Amino acid sequence: MAEYDEHQHDVLVIGAGGAGLRAAVEAAAAGVSVGIVCKSLLGKAHTVMAEGGVAAAIGNVDERDNWQVHFADTMRGGAYVNNWRMAELHAKEAPARVKELEAWGAVFDRTPDGRILQRNFGGHRYPRLAHVGDRTGLEMIRTLQDRVIYDKVDVFMEFTVVDLLRDGDRVVGALGYDRERGAFHLFKCKALVLATGGIGRVYKVTSNSWESTADGIGLAYRAGAELIDMEFVQFHPTGMVWPPSVAGILVTEGVRGEGGVLRNKLGKRFMFDDIPPLYRNQTADNEEEGWRYTQGDKNARRPPELLTRDHVARCIVREIREGRGSPHGGVFLDIAWIKERIPNAAEHIKRKLPSMYHQFKKLADLDITKEPMEVGPTTHYAMGGVRVDADTQMSTVRGLFAAGESAAGLHGANRLGGNSLSDLLVFGQRAGEHAAKFAKQNPAGRIDPQQVEDITRRALAPFEHASGGTGESPYAVQRELQESMQELVGIVRTEDEMHQALEKIRKLKERAQRVEVDGNRMYNPGWHTAIDLRNLLVTAEAICRCALERKESRGAHFRVDYPERDERFGKVNMVTRPGRDGSAEVRMEPIREMPAELRQIIEAMK
Amino acid sequence: MSSSATFRIWRGDAKGGEFRDYQAEISEGMVVLDAVHQIQARQANDLAVRWNCKAGKCGSCSAEINGFPRLMCMTRLTDLPLSEVVTIQPLHTFPLLKDLVTDVSWNFRVKKTVKRFTPRPADAADGSWRMAQADVERIQEFRKCIECFLCQDVCHVLRNHRLMDQFAGPRNFVNVANLEMHPLDTQNRLPDLKDRHGIGYCNITKCCTRVCPEEIKITDNAIIPLKERVVDEHYDPVTMVLGKIFSGFRGKATTAAKR
Ligand SMILES: Cc1cc2nc3c(=O)[nH]c(=O)nc-3n(C[C@H](O)[C@H](O)[C@H](O)COP(=O)(O)OP(=O)(O)OC[C@H]3O[C@@H](n4cnc5c(N)ncnc54)[C@H](O)[C@@H]3O)c2cc1C
Ligand code: SF4
Ligand code: SF4
Ligand code: FES
Repeated sequence: MAEYDEHQHDVLVIGAGGAGLRAAVEAAAAGVSVGIVCKSLLGKAHTVMAEGGVAAAIGNVDERDNWQVHFADTMRGGAYVNNWRMAELHAKEAPARVKELEAWGAVFDRTPDGRILQRNFGGHRYPRLAHVGDRTGLEMIRTLQDRVIYDKVDVFMEFTVVDLLRDGDRVVGALGYDRERGAFHLFKCKALVLATGGIGRVYKVTSNSWESTADGIGLAYRAGAELIDMEFVQFHPTGMVWPPSVAGILVTEGVRGEGGVLRNKLGKRFMFDDIPPLYRNQTADNEEEGWRYTQGDKNARRPPELLTRDHVARCIVREIREGRGSPHGGVFLDIAWIKERIPNAAEHIKRKLPSMYHQFKKLADLDITKEPMEVGPTTHYAMGGVRVDADTQMSTVRGLFAAGESAAGLHGANRLGGNSLSDLLVFGQRAGEHAAKFAKQNPAGRIDPQQVEDITRRALAPFEHASGGTGESPYAVQRELQESMQELVGIVRTEDEMHQALEKIRKLKERAQRVEVDGNRMYNPGWHTAIDLRNLLVTAEAICRCALERKESRGAHFRVDYPERDERFGKVNMVTRPGRDGSAEVRMEPIREMPAELRQIIEAMK
Repeated sequence: MSSSATFRIWRGDAKGGEFRDYQAEISEGMVVLDAVHQIQARQANDLAVRWNCKAGKCGSCSAEINGFPRLMCMTRLTDLPLSEVVTIQPLHTFPLLKDLVTDVSWNFRVKKTVKRFTPRPADAADGSWRMAQADVERIQEFRKCIECFLCQDVCHVLRNHRLMDQFAGPRNFVNVANLEMHPLDTQNRLPDLKDRHGIGYCNITKCCTRVCPEEIKITDNAIIPLKERVVDEHYDPVTMVLGKIFSGFRGKATTAAKR
């Protein structure tokens, strides 16, 4: 029988990004005991990297903005397969959630009359993103972190949860290890909030940090919860492509928001070549108008560089595939050109985009105020994840809640920039509130020692296999999975390639059973990688199977063999759950009918 | 261009350890963290290293590279003399956990001893405040801090004199400056700064400023103004008298009220 330390809380939050921290704040405010577990140090979660801003229809810059417009934009961006109730709640509650951060010490950039400044972003009709230069995520996470440390919340830093514990139809705890000693910990709780973030590490090229190994998806799935929308993975159009060691690191959309333009190697602004009909009315058809839009002219339409991410990413892929790319396999993103338009352009760029200036100067030895950047698509965000109830964020398993990137529904087939940070706040708050309520209404459950035993045994298996370096390496399995997903289930998909990917995943699953690690349990990254594999593999499989079922192209999901939207698929979501034979089972589920008043909002804004 | 270089990495834990040499293959654009990862993946699966964003944004990957405290993910190999061995060791000031990873939890504990943000009542009926960009820029500099603790590592009061129980260190002074100069804050942290957080131990060597990856002017913009406030408050008889008379009035509601 494995040894472990025990901890007990009413509400246990897994993850200390924006969603987890916001949930913890809310649960603590409700007066229940709260624990929060995270893989990194406090304040380092992936949310820290968010750059552009947080979307909320506050209307400080353009008073025409309101929740209805934000709702309609979110639904259009998501190609109408979003959970409309989540989109409604999100649009309505985001302004209050953002303003509340200011009461907790956040300092957003200001309008001339001293209110929160908002900037333009792709897919948002009006300037809507509250921001702090290009380090909005840092501002948000630090504000929440600095609040949580004063609340009665127990923080477990550098702990990883390996599996959840069930009592009948309900989740009653989690089992994890601490990195420092590699010792096991049993967390008992009455309600549990998953806020584990993204899945970027399923792919080879990603903007996500090492933490984004899809743990929440794996944990929920193995606890019997349903996943939804897994086929929708967002590839951000602009990641760094050079030097190779930094490939994938994000170049914020803010660059385009401030007037940056995309060009191919012929110097052509290729985004003007292909503007989707749905967006034609709102998109500039000449460079002059596009420029005026970025400079705040309310009568101008936005430049095509600010179309939705899926579209921009595919246009870039097209340019690269047809031989018009940049030397290192990307395209050019040019902000330096604005010196033709404004005085002191270099200073302006450094002030508006300080992190980007810094990032390119340091990592690529390139001065973005003088030269164009080279950029290409990078795996960025999972629209899919744990299926939740819109109002309470409870999953299909009782006592198990999810929020933030690990939950799904709000973004449908494609997420608009800025809608994630607001998602974390709105649904983090709701998850915290309802988890606390659940904890108050339900007694503690029973921990099954057999489950604990099984989990610890599985976790330690890689040490049992140790053969002194001749066996299977967890790093090798991870790398092969990432390469297969990148190549076979990326931006452009076909039936045949996805079948190949499934076959590959099946083999990798077998190999993952046999991986071995050396050394002891103390701070052992090889062991951690071995444990992560299960989550990566199940997520990869779910993405593949859902993508195969969706025989159309919609939002971020693009199929060469079905390049058009098919309205039959516009009425359904893909739901994944564990099947009997150990593989993921996918079914199509009709989307609930939207109430007339929401439908009218969408119609009115078309 | 494929070549290789030698990295001398500290291996061990609190009980003891040694430097070990590893060869890594070098390709264009690599940073120190890439080399460490390569070594970890190919030669030393259990080499402990803390990192997260790999883009200089989270402040996880602090270490001493050739004796200088830096972020591993932002140190390009081309900036180092690769004909010589590159030495990588953990931060010296904090207790070693394993290899390149130290226990920095002390920093988090000290932060909790700083009085929390306490805003004045909202300016507008909708619960919001008005602040001018010019007034927030000053503290936006402090809010850039990524909590890498390189400044804490290099400060001699902590590194050599080990006054952890009397001195909060530059990172925490940056945080206190952020709160004290926050246009909305109404709290007074000056007595704590003097007594509990020991700002008097700082003798303005500016070592902290030199290592800050966010280029925060820690000494000039945070510590010196705080020291001046502490001096004003505690030794200036005029301020002391006014301080008593207006003790309920310490709000920093307007720019004019800020020194
Ligand atoms: C470079 C970049 C820029 C972005 N910019 C923007 C932007 O401008 N606007 C916007 O709206 N969105 C942006 N996004 C997206 C947004 O930042 C993320 O979607 C969001 O931060 C996710 O937050 P989260 O709270 O769900 O999870 P995260 O911040 O990813 O946090 C996950 C937490 O869960 C913990 N965790 C995970 N697994 C386990 C486990 N097994 N056990 C214990 N703990 C675990 C992690 O340690 C971490 O604390 C950006 C993303 C990237 C990569
Ligand atoms: S200036 Fe002060 S805080 Fe900074 S390193 Fe020197 S003594 Fe330490
Ligand atoms: S002040 Fe600078 S050096 Fe110190 S912790 Fe913050 S970012 Fe790091
Ligand atoms: S890994 Fe985030 S700062 Fe280096």
